Amino acid sequence: MTDILMPALSPTMEEGILAKWHVKVGDSVSAGDVIAEIETDKATMEVEAVDEGTIEAILIEAGTEGVKVNTPIARLAGEGGSAAPAPQKAAEPAKTETPKADVAPVAAGPAPVTAAPTQVLVASSGARVAASPLARRLAEINKLDLKLLKGTGPHGRVIKRDIEEALKTGAGKAGSAPAAATASEPRKVQSLEQLGIAPGSYDLVPLDGMRKVIARRLTDSFRDIPHFPLTVDIEIDNLLAARAKINTALESQGVKVSVNDIVIKAVALALKQVPEANASFTPEGIALHHNADIAMAVAIDGGLITPIIRKAETKSLAQIAKETKDLAARARDRKLKPEEFQGGTFSVSNLGMFGIKQFASIINEPQGCILSVGAGEQRPVVKGGQLAVATVMTVTLTCDHRVVDGSIGAKYITALRDLLQDPIKMLA
Amino acid sequence: MSYDLVVIGSGPGGYEGAIRASQNGLKVAIVEREALGGICLNWGCIPAKALLKSAEVYDKLHHLEDYGLSASNPGYDFEKVIQRSRGVTKTMSGGVAYLMKKNKIDVIEGSAVLEPGKDAPKVVVTLKAGGTQTVEAKNVMLAVGARAREIPAIGAVSDGERIWTYRNALAPKTQPKSLIIIGSGAIGIEFASFYKALGTEVTVVEAMDRILPVEDHEVSAEALKAFKKRGINFRVGAKVTKIEKPATGVAVHVEVAGKLEILTAEGCIVAVGIVANTDGIGLEKLGVVMDRGHVKNDSHGKTNVKGLYAIGDCAGPPWLAHKASHEAVHAADYMAGRKLSNLTPPIPGCTYATPEVASVGITEQAAKEQKLDVKIGRFPFRANGRAVASSETLGFVKVIFDKKTGALLGAHMIGANVTEMVQGFCLAITMEATEEDLQGTVFPHPTMSEAILEASLDADGRVINT
Repeated sequence: MTDILMPALSPTMEEGILAKWHVKVGDSVSAGDVIAEIETDKATMEVEAVDEGTIEAILIEAGTEGVKVNTPIARLAGEGGSAAPAPQKAAEPAKTETPKADVAPVAAGPAPVTAAPTQVLVASSGARVAASPLARRLAEINKLDLKLLKGTGPHGRVIKRDIEEALKTGAGKAGSAPAAATASEPRKVQSLEQLGIAPGSYDLVPLDGMRKVIARRLTDSFRDIPHFPLTVDIEIDNLLAARAKINTALESQGVKVSVNDIVIKAVALALKQVPEANASFTPEGIALHHNADIAMAVAIDGGLITPIIRKAETKSLAQIAKETKDLAARARDRKLKPEEFQGGTFSVSNLGMFGIKQFASIINEPQGCILSVGAGEQRPVVKGGQLAVATVMTVTLTCDHRVVDGSIGAKYITALRDLLQDPIKMLA
Repeated sequence: MSYDLVVIGSGPGGYEGAIRASQNGLKVAIVEREALGGICLNWGCIPAKALLKSAEVYDKLHHLEDYGLSASNPGYDFEKVIQRSRGVTKTMSGGVAYLMKKNKIDVIEGSAVLEPGKDAPKVVVTLKAGGTQTVEAKNVMLAVGARAREIPAIGAVSDGERIWTYRNALAPKTQPKSLIIIGSGAIGIEFASFYKALGTEVTVVEAMDRILPVEDHEVSAEALKAFKKRGINFRVGAKVTKIEKPATGVAVHVEVAGKLEILTAEGCIVAVGIVANTDGIGLEKLGVVMDRGHVKNDSHGKTNVKGLYAIGDCAGPPWLAHKASHEAVHAADYMAGRKLSNLTPPIPGCTYATPEVASVGITEQAAKEQKLDVKIGRFPFRANGRAVASSETLGFVKVIFDKKTGALLGAHMIGANVTEMVQGFCLAITMEATEEDLQGTVFPHPTMSEAILEASLDADGRVINT
């Protein structure tokens, strides 16, 4: 017996109208047969049977509106009657919400006997955290937030050892730094030994809390967020000239504005022009942030951290320069307070000082965009049909497509380029 | 023929590991020198349980009046009791042969010796049918088990006639009129229970200060009381210094509290532990690291030699079939790169005597030694409706929880059917249950299992039925 589930016709579809049934109870169907029609606000599509069998029950009547994705809509009895054949232990399909990364592809067991119905993807927000009774008790005693811990038990259940690990690394403390927000292990693959790298032929640096967080957050982000990069070249000769003047003016104050400081200011101002790019995806809706709180990636010993210039759109370059210097210094000393690196709305990562021409960063959840800034260098450009030399800096905007579509991303990065190519516009 | 895995030994560890490896898509062969199923199926767990069932039923015949029943001249045929037990092993061993075939595992009948190889040691098998066969594989799993420990220095060596190990005791030609059993672990106690039920005069000698020394002390005490009531004699804290064979029978010299005593009987059973079957299979030449006579392995069953795994009795205590199976299946998943469980399940222990004893997790003494702050609950079967209705009121359930976290740390039971009930505790510990989970679970009424609920409640002083 297999439940046929309401399919998602698009990645964003959450519910739809079950418009029409093409089958009735008692009909036998085989894989590929059209059994129903589903309507969304965008389209009408046909639902095909995945398994063969007999329609045992229609669970949702034709014409029903607001049918949630993954709701059982009909029941299919398999060939052997209504009892489901017990799948072979080793062939049991994974039923967790995300693909189990630690199942190595080699020597996998026999293919599942029957295609399993698409399993419900459990919304992560607000869902009950799976944890063993003892893990719950230990979390309560130690004031740990189970939601911040990644379970390593069956089906991702938080078990005692996850709590013990969290207590060791200091992860999971309610209100703790995101850099220590979880005790999850990085994606487990086959051991190096299994992959032919002899033990003793390398040194093993133990994973500290920060490395684990980086591993988990970026893996989750890169895997789960549909992202795309947009790249433009920006001529910064005007910017460099302006910077020289500004720095001369600020010399008496002992302040030196970097190109990155000007980028941060421009990023913030551009966000005011294109507020749709200053956004976060949530299951309840798109959060459009009121302020441009710009997180800047700072490399530190053993990892990186992203301190935040709050309301950067309201701050002068001198102010931004002072703040970035102070934040970067304290970041390297690991002396930042949680509120200084938690809750940015947009990130900037700059590898220009290393001579990197172009790169595309990974989305820093929950921020909708991250800007990757390359090195400014003299390059040949064509101006009015003539070859000329200009100082050019390539920047790439990585967008979370759930929030920022291509046209918005393009609008934003164009606005940013306008500001950086002609910095006087930043005064407008 | 080249294999992904060769398993040496087809006991409950070896054959289950072989099946899992095959399920994982590996090409597997298994080497067995004697009979499929190993000691467990042929000379251990299974035939012993067959004998004990005969004993239990026969024992019941002597208590028919408890149930308002009567029968005249209950009797038994010792030869048939043994025959039945042997028949059971034959059926079970045939089952393993079927499973090997079903899982396309090649069975190689013969004795294996390991030699240095490429990916893993080479397995050279001296075939039962004659000749040798060299088998090469990417992985080798040692599942060679163990055998009864004998102590030549005191004459504790099986002669198959008057001095037995479990093996002789499972299939004797005639029933001895009297027996001395050396060792009161599960094996010794089970034989004591069986032979006593059929009328053999039994004396159990235990070197430690109590019988069933790995069990909780309250269980040991209750067991001693129950077995004494059944007429079994005990010498605890008694060290065997010599076993002699006079003209007939045996004379066992024991030292109790500094005093020498000579016990005599028709025969004796040596049940003083086991030794791993790690000798003569080429381990020294491979440089396999050992630990007190056992192969040293890691949590995945890996040894220090490339491609060589070891599981079960040959890789260390507890020497229990289910521990071997668990390790073997885990190792088979590990070598195939499958997802591994993060659970750390406790290993239960059972003694299938009358009364039965079953336990899992830590004892009260262990909790004390580890300086754990615990709360303990107990419930006697005499206060349990089903037990009273069944005239099975002997024994109790004892549970140990961590006082602060409520974590279930251990459970200890003695009484009828407790070996079938302990799995509930195993599951509870594996799933990290707390006292609240046990107390909040609805147990079916009337069952003996309700004692589990009551004992859990008792830990918080909230027991209902006592």
